[in-house]
Amino acid sequence: MDHPIKRDHARFRKIIKGKIRDNLRKYVSQGSQIIPKGTDKFTVPMPTIDIPRFKFGDKSQGGMGQGQGQPGEPVDGQQDPNGQPGQGEAGEGEGNKELEVELSLDELARILGEELELPKIEPKGKKSLQSVVDRYTNIGTSGPDSLRHLRRTYKQALKRQIATDSYDPENPSVVPIRRDFRYRSSDSKIEMQNAAVVIYMMDVSGSMGDEQKEIVRTESFWINLWLKSQYKDIEIRYIIHDATAKEVDENTFFRTRESGGTLISSAFNLCKEIIEKDYNPNEWNIYPFHFSDGDNWSADDTKLCLDLLDNVILPASNVFCYGQVESRYGSGQFYKDLSAKYGLDSEQMILSKIKNKEGILDSIKDFLGKGK
Amino acid sequence: MNRSKPISGELLALKNEIEGYAIAAGLDFFPQVFEVCDYDTVNILAAQGGFPSRYPHWKFGMDYDQLSKGYTYGLQKIYEMVINTNPCYAYLLQANNWVDQKIVMAHVYGHNDFFKNNAWFANTNRKMMDVMANHGTKIRRYMERYGYDTVETFIDKVLSLENLLDIDELFETSALKRKRQEQSDKQKAEDEDDGYLIDDRSQALKSFMRTKARNVKKEEAIGPEEEMTAERPEKRTRDVLGYLIQHAPLEEWQADVIGILREEAYYFLPQRITKIMNEGWASYWHSKIMTEKALDSSEIIEFADKHAGVMAMSRQQINPYKVGIELLRDIEYRWDRGMFGKEYNECTDMQEKLRWDKKLGLGREKIFEVRKSHNDISFIDEFLTPEFCNRQQLFTYKYNPRTGRFEIDSKDFDAIKQKLLSQLTNFGQPIIEVEDGNYMNRKELLLSHVHYGVDLDVAFADETLRNLYAIWRRPVNLRTKYEDKEVIFHFDGKEFKPQH
Repeated sequence: MDHPIKRDHARFRKIIKGKIRDNLRKYVSQGSQIIPKGTDKFTVPMPTIDIPRFKFGDKSQGGMGQGQGQPGEPVDGQQDPNGQPGQGEAGEGEGNKELEVELSLDELARILGEELELPKIEPKGKKSLQSVVDRYTNIGTSGPDSLRHLRRTYKQALKRQIATDSYDPENPSVVPIRRDFRYRSSDSKIEMQNAAVVIYMMDVSGSMGDEQKEIVRTESFWINLWLKSQYKDIEIRYIIHDATAKEVDENTFFRTRESGGTLISSAFNLCKEIIEKDYNPNEWNIYPFHFSDGDNWSADDTKLCLDLLDNVILPASNVFCYGQVESRYGSGQFYKDLSAKYGLDSEQMILSKIKNKEGILDSIKDFLGKGK
Repeated sequence: MNRSKPISGELLALKNEIEGYAIAAGLDFFPQVFEVCDYDTVNILAAQGGFPSRYPHWKFGMDYDQLSKGYTYGLQKIYEMVINTNPCYAYLLQANNWVDQKIVMAHVYGHNDFFKNNAWFANTNRKMMDVMANHGTKIRRYMERYGYDTVETFIDKVLSLENLLDIDELFETSALKRKRQEQSDKQKAEDEDDGYLIDDRSQALKSFMRTKARNVKKEEAIGPEEEMTAERPEKRTRDVLGYLIQHAPLEEWQADVIGILREEAYYFLPQRITKIMNEGWASYWHSKIMTEKALDSSEIIEFADKHAGVMAMSRQQINPYKVGIELLRDIEYRWDRGMFGKEYNECTDMQEKLRWDKKLGLGREKIFEVRKSHNDISFIDEFLTPEFCNRQQLFTYKYNPRTGRFEIDSKDFDAIKQKLLSQLTNFGQPIIEVEDGNYMNRKELLLSHVHYGVDLDVAFADETLRNLYAIWRRPVNLRTKYEDKEVIFHFDGKEFKPQH
């Protein structure tokens, strides 16, 4: 039998995932929030539950520190006090500080993969994208000391000493001089690799509120993270639409709020154009994602959408993902239409409903869990 | 399920060696038991406050979650756990290297000596290992009977109030007097049976049941009007949990749960009010024993590296290990040279003061005396000097709303001492007293916050009052000061609002 604390642990995990003890939800400080720190570094605060207590207001209190510095100098911006190895004794008092972990993008992707048990993606098509990479496979006569190749340097020195007859087998000392030094140097190589493109489409009509967009934003962050860890180079295109569609940059994609009707086919049309123009399906792994609240203007338009999907988009894509964000106004009809046509187990069309923020992880698992 | 095992072989020999040095140095400790375990076990122990068995609760799972992740990502590592029990148990991480084990053992003997001799620990129950295990069994039994969620939810509410303790309870209290009485009673009972198993109700529950019995008697004796006023404590008590057991409308199991949590909270309290001294004392001794006796010359660099890691200073908070060891060394130095007393204090010649040496050699004796009778507050209050603050580069910092950062505020001795003392006052928790159990003559509970210049966090106060309400089951109030105005926060079961 395992230690009973594992049960406490499982229970804690369930509470923070919101599965049990709903009354504690308000005390949970969520750990899913990712804070970028510099380039490619992120801190992930771990989820904690703060038991409410009478306690002092934080900011008015200030504190005490030790070290160099004059009044007026900030005390933060130093290394994390958690970072020092210390002789910890939890039995001696408490200190429930929120733990922050610094991770690189790669690590984050790995953790995501482990948490959701995501399979590795099998790229389709042949390796078609050429890219130039530098690899340290050569030896040169100049370079920084840090790249000095010791074995080759001594070999060179030995050669020189033998050639100049200054080598004594009885006393085999080899002393390299400046011109014996050899360094690792880089060669440019052309490597072939798989190319991938993600095309995000989002409904920005009046019924998609800020909360819905936040969900899409968070979800697309994670999807990008995962796909980036699977493909070396990845292109991302953004399309927003209400009754008409246009291609936008990332910033606009998440900020825009339009009003008016919804013609999903407009987005699909644009998506089709982009694919036809820039991405040859034989060379590219194509991932169209569409997010909406499920409202479409008319059944006729939905029919048009299905035609576009069948004739162009689906044959060209690895997989087509549709995420339906629940909103107060959306009818959710589009999900029903798609599931009626493709079913829920389609290899080509993945459907997912995202109820709220907590549903994001499950939805990512829906989308990426098939390893396509 | 043995996750840790007693030390043997080389480690046992090392233990005997270090123990010899500790005895020679004059340390006086409980029998010391070392066990080794893997990192997962040490994380479990740490999450459970050092004890292998606790009552079921998600908060232990949360601490375990953090410790394991912290270990996995290389943020922190626990070298050892030591528990205040007799015999004194300490757990060593199996993966520690040889020098680590040496340091840790020497460190543990310091803690052990402190547990045994410091006055604030005099009344802690040294059989806590069994008590904690029993608490776990009892709470599990309640969970079986009343439902897991019901009991856990109730524990959550009580944990909300767990920090409302009265330090005086560690010494002469009504409970202690009763305990003495009970012990003599038990002595008689023990002749017939094993006294411990006979009655596994907590101390607090027993007093709860006594109160009930008393109230019944009282009702017969005196009129109902007088019964109403009996709710007001004669003296404002800070032992809020104790007060609730006596006066809140509780089921028996609920009273017992509060009693259990209260007992455990008081068990940990001495450690909370002697953090700086305790760590300082243990560090002083590991340093002394290692550098003078136990270290092999090949291990010096490794030791210096580890020791420096433990002593690392931080600009955001003081490191109790560092301040503690330095202050003890300072005291030893001053008492060795006679740098105290009227004559020294009134000397105005700085040069002379610096050179002051009466060759008294009282240092060692003095620090042993200090470790016996002081807690962190009196320790800082009595021995912190301007020279020390300066040498240790201590400073206070505060929030600057203009820049949105915390900035160094002052390096002035009085400011530092003031700040340090206020942080240590009431083990860093706000002082909350029960003012009235029949407030407005409506059986409402009135708590009062003794305000020393720092406001409470209102959002947290709100949630805490809600939890208190769930226990008191009548409206609850908190008198405090907020933004320089006297205010009573009131929660009536529906709405939280301030009343001016």
